Amino acid sequence: MYAQPDTTGHFGRFGGRFMPEALIAPLDELDHAWTDAKADPTFMAELDRMLREYANVPSPLYEAHRFSEAAGARILLKREDLNHTGAHKIRNVIGQALLAKRIGKPRAIAETGAGQHGVASATACAYLDLECVVYMGELDTQRQALNVARMRMLGAEVVPVTTGSRTLKDAINEALRDWVASVDTTSYLFGTAAGPHPFPSMVRDLTRGIGDEARAQVLELTGSLPDAAVACVGGGSNAIGLFTAFIDDADVRLVGIEAGGDGVETGRHAATITGGDVGVLHGARSFLLQDEDGQTIESHSISAGLDYPGVGPEHSFLADTGRASYVPATDAEAMSAFDLLCKTEGIIPAIESAHALAGALELAKELGPDSTILVNLSGRGDKDVHTAAEYFGLIDEPVVLEQGVEE
Amino acid sequence: MTAIDELFARTRAEGRAALVGYLPAGFPSKELSIKAIEAMVEGGVDLVEVGLPYSDPVMDGPTIQAAAEQALRAGSRTTDVIDVVRASAATGAPTVVMTYWNPVERFGVNRFAEALAGAGGAGLITPDLIPDEAAEWVAASEQFGLDRIFLVAPSSTDERLAMTADAASGFIYATAVMGVTGAREQTSALGPELVARLRKVTDKPVGVGLGVSNGDQAREVAEFADAVIVGSALVRCLLDAEDESAGLEAIRRLAQDLRAGVERN
Repeated sequence: MYAQPDTTGHFGRFGGRFMPEALIAPLDELDHAWTDAKADPTFMAELDRMLREYANVPSPLYEAHRFSEAAGARILLKREDLNHTGAHKIRNVIGQALLAKRIGKPRAIAETGAGQHGVASATACAYLDLECVVYMGELDTQRQALNVARMRMLGAEVVPVTTGSRTLKDAINEALRDWVASVDTTSYLFGTAAGPHPFPSMVRDLTRGIGDEARAQVLELTGSLPDAAVACVGGGSNAIGLFTAFIDDADVRLVGIEAGGDGVETGRHAATITGGDVGVLHGARSFLLQDEDGQTIESHSISAGLDYPGVGPEHSFLADTGRASYVPATDAEAMSAFDLLCKTEGIIPAIESAHALAGALELAKELGPDSTILVNLSGRGDKDVHTAAEYFGLIDEPVVLEQGVEE
Repeated sequence: MTAIDELFARTRAEGRAALVGYLPAGFPSKELSIKAIEAMVEGGVDLVEVGLPYSDPVMDGPTIQAAAEQALRAGSRTTDVIDVVRASAATGAPTVVMTYWNPVERFGVNRFAEALAGAGGAGLITPDLIPDEAAEWVAASEQFGLDRIFLVAPSSTDERLAMTADAASGFIYATAVMGVTGAREQTSALGPELVARLRKVTDKPVGVGLGVSNGDQAREVAEFADAVIVGSALVRCLLDAEDESAGLEAIRRLAQDLRAGVERN
């Protein structure tokens, strides 16, 4: 039986706590609170009820017949895109926000890249009556203006972060700076299965419903386990949520698809495990993108949600032990899979999830037509319509009536 | 006895607190950062903290973040930090490096310790490395005769204070506020209480930092601490200065003012 992490939050040589001492006691408090809550049937029943009534969980499993035909294998989609707020993120955030209520801290902070975790946090805070402050890199607030508006509509304060690369990693830095000064009254709703212990295992506990449900759904539908389970990996919350149920099923291949950007060989990518090295970032030892001196390198991906230079420590562990494999899909491969799902199934996936679809298409070639591949469709693509439309050239150019005058 | 042990034996004999000054290596340039360190030592700083500029400084406020960003943009490398340590140690002031952990791990913990000791460095301050994760560094520091300065905070439990004090050498860095680095209007009420709790579990020297920016505040902190640690206020001298000589002069004057404070005059 797989049992990770150890009591101090280590997945083998990965994970742990590389954090200022000031945050160690609060992290211990969180660890104890989550351990207690997990063992409390009343709390877990309340969480289940909220997920069911409010977040539309469990999500269905859907056999994508036409996509399967194009792929050359039986493709089953776990429809996390149908959850409230449009992605798996709501599972994590409702859990952490409910825990914040239990601990009695009235204020919550969160970081966000594309804005999905920020929107989910703002949603959960509105639902559970918590004050919500979301840190977001200034560059991302410009790229994702609609999500900024969504968060504000839901009553959250959005703070643009102007330091460093002005993206997700700097938003995490700024949220940590807030937390160290406000921890008596504030919970940090961490957005992925990374960061210092207990976040990686707590976020896994909260997202593992994805795989637990899917495992039962696949068994019911096909009578056997899938040959492979595939998910995209940025920080890795949806992937660990899918993988956890299958870790002891040695015959099920676990494949994480990283963001290959322009191609790992170009250096412009976010494929942390494929193209990075072991180091310490944001509180844990894991793979990360870094230069010769250990300075964090900026990541690149068409998918804002995968555009992060680190990855959760359990994925590093699973890669190290060989239980899961991690391969990149480039922007172009992901967008091609995005297009295929739109055209064959009438489902617009999140560009993050399109990476998993691209990985599944590759895997189908290898495993052949008799294979069954479970793919986590972790989010829907509404937020990506602008990016995709630009990518595919679908927005008509303004009509030029005469030189210099546009209509 | 390490150089830091000797310093605290001397300041205790003189009935004063030691003055610890922080400046980042390579800010605004390698040469100027060395001159700035020399100026603060001339002004009365007893122990120098050379900051290693890092891309993700979660413990630092805007002033030190800005300096680190500028140093990195100017191309500051880990080997440059070692050169700055060598120049700093040549002033006669014990010199430690203050660094987030990843650059050390990337350089190689043993290799870093060897280079630091070779440059005359006295130890490391590790804001994001707690003793729980520090086995490799503890071994390397013992091999190369370096001091291990760990941080404690107002939120630390008594148990963690004892454990951290036990693992530390040279001195213990007590962060007097719950927050990041940066000058503050008033010194924290949490400082005296934290130091009092530490005194119950250790007789190692205690340095207090976060928020001290002038001689009056230094005097207050020197009442209960063995060392007063100043960072952002010194960095600000360089950030705000119109030119090089004005910046160095401002650093020298601030160091003199702080030194008068720690002498409890």
